[in-house]
Amino acid sequence: MTVNGVQYTRDVEPRTLLVYFLREHLGLTGTHVGCDTSSCGACTVLLDGKAVKSCTVLAVQAEGANITTVEGLAKDGELHPIQQAFWDEHGLQCGFCTPGMMLAALDLLQRNPNPTDEEIRHALEGNLCRCTGYQHIVNAVKTAARLMRAAVGAPAGGA
Amino acid sequence: MAVTQVFGARVRRREDPRLIRGTATYTDDLALPGLCYAVFVRSPHAHARIRRVDVSRARSAPGVLGVFTAQDLEGKVNAIPCGWQVPNCDLKTPPHPALAKDKVRYVGDAVAVVVAESRAQAYDAASLVEVEYEVLPAVVDMEDALRSSTLVHEDVPNNRVLLWSVKGGDFDAALREPGVRVVRQRLVNQRLIPNAMEPRAATAHYNPGSGELTLWVTSQNPHIARVILSGVLGFPEHKLRVIAPEVGGGFGSKIPVYPEEAVVAHLATRLARPVKWCESRRENYLATIHGRDHVTEAEMAVRPDGTVVGVRVRTLANFGAYLSTAAPAIPTILYGLVLSGPYRIPNIDCEVTGVFTNTTPTDAYRGAGRPEATYVLERMMDLAARELGIDPAEIRRKNLIPRDQFPYTVATGITYDSGDYARALDRALELVEYSKFRAEQAAARQQGRYLGIGLSTYVEICGAGPSKVVGSTGFAGGLWESAVVRFSPTGKVTVFTGTSPHGQGEETTFAQIVSQELGVPLDDVEVLHGDTDSILMGWGTYGSRTTPVGGTAVYLAAQKVKEKAQRIAAHQLEVSAEDLVFENGRFHVRGAPDRGMTIQEVALQAYLAWNLPEGMEPGLEGQANWDPSNFVFPFGTHACVVEVDPETGQVKILRYVAVDDCGRVINPLIVDGQVHGGIVQGVAQALWEFAKYDDAGNLLTGSMAEYAVPKAAWLPWFECDRTETPTPVNPLGVKGVGETGTIAATPCVVNAVLDALSPFGIRHVDMPLLPERVWRAIQQAKGGAA
Repeated sequence: MTVNGVQYTRDVEPRTLLVYFLREHLGLTGTHVGCDTSSCGACTVLLDGKAVKSCTVLAVQAEGANITTVEGLAKDGELHPIQQAFWDEHGLQCGFCTPGMMLAALDLLQRNPNPTDEEIRHALEGNLCRCTGYQHIVNAVKTAARLMRAAVGAPAGGA
Repeated sequence: MAVTQVFGARVRRREDPRLIRGTATYTDDLALPGLCYAVFVRSPHAHARIRRVDVSRARSAPGVLGVFTAQDLEGKVNAIPCGWQVPNCDLKTPPHPALAKDKVRYVGDAVAVVVAESRAQAYDAASLVEVEYEVLPAVVDMEDALRSSTLVHEDVPNNRVLLWSVKGGDFDAALREPGVRVVRQRLVNQRLIPNAMEPRAATAHYNPGSGELTLWVTSQNPHIARVILSGVLGFPEHKLRVIAPEVGGGFGSKIPVYPEEAVVAHLATRLARPVKWCESRRENYLATIHGRDHVTEAEMAVRPDGTVVGVRVRTLANFGAYLSTAAPAIPTILYGLVLSGPYRIPNIDCEVTGVFTNTTPTDAYRGAGRPEATYVLERMMDLAARELGIDPAEIRRKNLIPRDQFPYTVATGITYDSGDYARALDRALELVEYSKFRAEQAAARQQGRYLGIGLSTYVEICGAGPSKVVGSTGFAGGLWESAVVRFSPTGKVTVFTGTSPHGQGEETTFAQIVSQELGVPLDDVEVLHGDTDSILMGWGTYGSRTTPVGGTAVYLAAQKVKEKAQRIAAHQLEVSAEDLVFENGRFHVRGAPDRGMTIQEVALQAYLAWNLPEGMEPGLEGQANWDPSNFVFPFGTHACVVEVDPETGQVKILRYVAVDDCGRVINPLIVDGQVHGGIVQGVAQALWEFAKYDDAGNLLTGSMAEYAVPKAAWLPWFECDRTETPTPVNPLGVKGVGETGTIAATPCVVNAVLDALSPFGIRHVDMPLLPERVWRAIQQAKGGAA
């Protein structure tokens, strides 16, 4: 599979979950495990561009797929707008849910570049945060949407 | 940004880059050569005698390095001690063995541990451990437990952990006053599960060459863990290093020292291999502490004009199956001493009975005792207001401690530092447009809509604390805090704090303090925490103490740096120290601004040591240990507007206004975040969260699929404002803010719902106010079958 633009080939036990493949085989520990019932969303990654909970996908199911984890968001050291917005808006406290939260938000913004507050809150229902009370997360997603829309409108070479 | 404005600025957090890039290292992220994995075998029964443990099949499973039971740990891993032995309450302290030996006492009690080359192999082998149990009757309900012949611990009669009381004034005498009415209510403060997003984990590494044992652990207080574990393991403290790396939230649940941590540390020495354990969420629900779980009979004595003259409570507090590290303090001193809240109530009578049951142990959960006290008081204020026909805002205002009476000593003997309680109440009422609301409510009722408004006026005791005082309450430690502020030769600053933030943002706020005091750019300050090797001592992050206590230590250490730097600068500029002015990070001679040295230049000179004042040691660092003279007392008023759908019982929060006062604010952005998160945990208790056991002691809400951790879509927009009343307790004027939201929010929401339900004549509904409960209450009130 391709993870953050790098191709990997590994032999794994059939039962290996994608999240453990990423964490333990590839050393990409930015994706976290927060529960065992697919409830918390801490393990959310993009699989062929769509948000999935990587604790609910077998590594073998992702064979040939294109995976984006939190480590793949920044390009050439430059933060992705979603990262920038979470930072600017204090969209995180302990940071444990943050990678999954950002990827779930990115999935939303790819489908809906200008979501309402309600649409944001609804889209993040599969991702739990115990620290922030979500208000700053909603602000962050709105800010990210603005940054991403501006980037699309900007001339080539813009952020 | 000018350096002079750093204190009080909405500075973005310095913790965040590593967290948003996914490069932070949490305990489960550690990869060490030769790492193996531990999995615990846990009891499926709430109460059972262990007849036999057969580990033979597990031992021979692929990849297994060892399987260990209580017998194997005999003499090597001692019982886990309780760290807060509250005096004068007949506290029972039965041993808490790291692995259950003869008996299991709750579902999740660990019986054996398996270590294998991989996580999967360890789980596989754990399922092969055969334990033969003789199942015993379980006690789950507290009232049953006090009467039952079934004993959780054979040497604790009636399952009674403690009987604690505090009295101030004379409640019975207050009752005899002519005209005084007594309002009574039974209040259940249900059990909650903390649910830090990062589960607990521990990784241990033993170096046989140096004899050093290193434990990375999800802890809010690594130094306390080191002291306790050195005793539990009989391991010399100076050879034991405890590191709290990135920690993903705690909310109190990572204060205790747990059996797994001791076992993992021991196994690393025994197997001479690094060992990692990371709990599953299921284990987190079973074997990490729970919070709250009180049943209270409350009485409030009140004059016809609304003056509250007394509060009496009889509270049962569930301790679960064992005494957790700080458990005895939570429903006693952290509860009973603040039962008069922000009010002048001369007579307080509080008696607490602690009970062992066959359930998960309880301990500090965000607020820890203070939310329980505030819930009792604020519900009783509303009930009293209703019985007397007084407006809930007015009865509060009437009883608030006036601003000119601070410091104010309450009936239970503690002294509040500073406050302007009425101002916060007024501001909240103004923001929520209280005066307009009653008309809107009446109009809505005409349309069959049920709106309600709720208030919660609170004060919190936090920022522990004076070590002498907490020592007298049985805490087996001090609660001062340490700090080192150290310049490097190139003028950068490293700060070492004994607190252990795990999401609260003090790497930023402490850097703001230092940047402000030393005039160095924020980016030139690094704040380190959580490692017993680099930090001389610390008591950790909890009880909203990190900034008022730890931040003050940092401030004082910075003063020492500044003083020394000034002496060096004076010496090199050949003037006396008093002739120097310190501005924007530079000393200059008074009246001669171009004769000066930057503090970075002074730092270099301090390390070069070519030209220092006679007798001065080289180097530039300051060290301070701050032990405050008192606690600090943040306060405020929260107000919330709800709508209840009478057909479904569904509660919707329409508005939520929070006016908090945490003294001087170092970083408003971070304070807002703390308040939001706190409110949500309080709202969640009011409306959604509860831990439920069946009669056999099975946890029915045993996963995130059954337990209602709030989601983004359930929550309203919070409207936050602040008043600012500095505390005289510390030179920064700061109070804590980590728990205020949780303390205030729960009764605020419940009061709003009960206000909405008042046309039905419904007096009280116990939490959580789930649609079903609200609907049933409405049906019952209507006289229908419910």
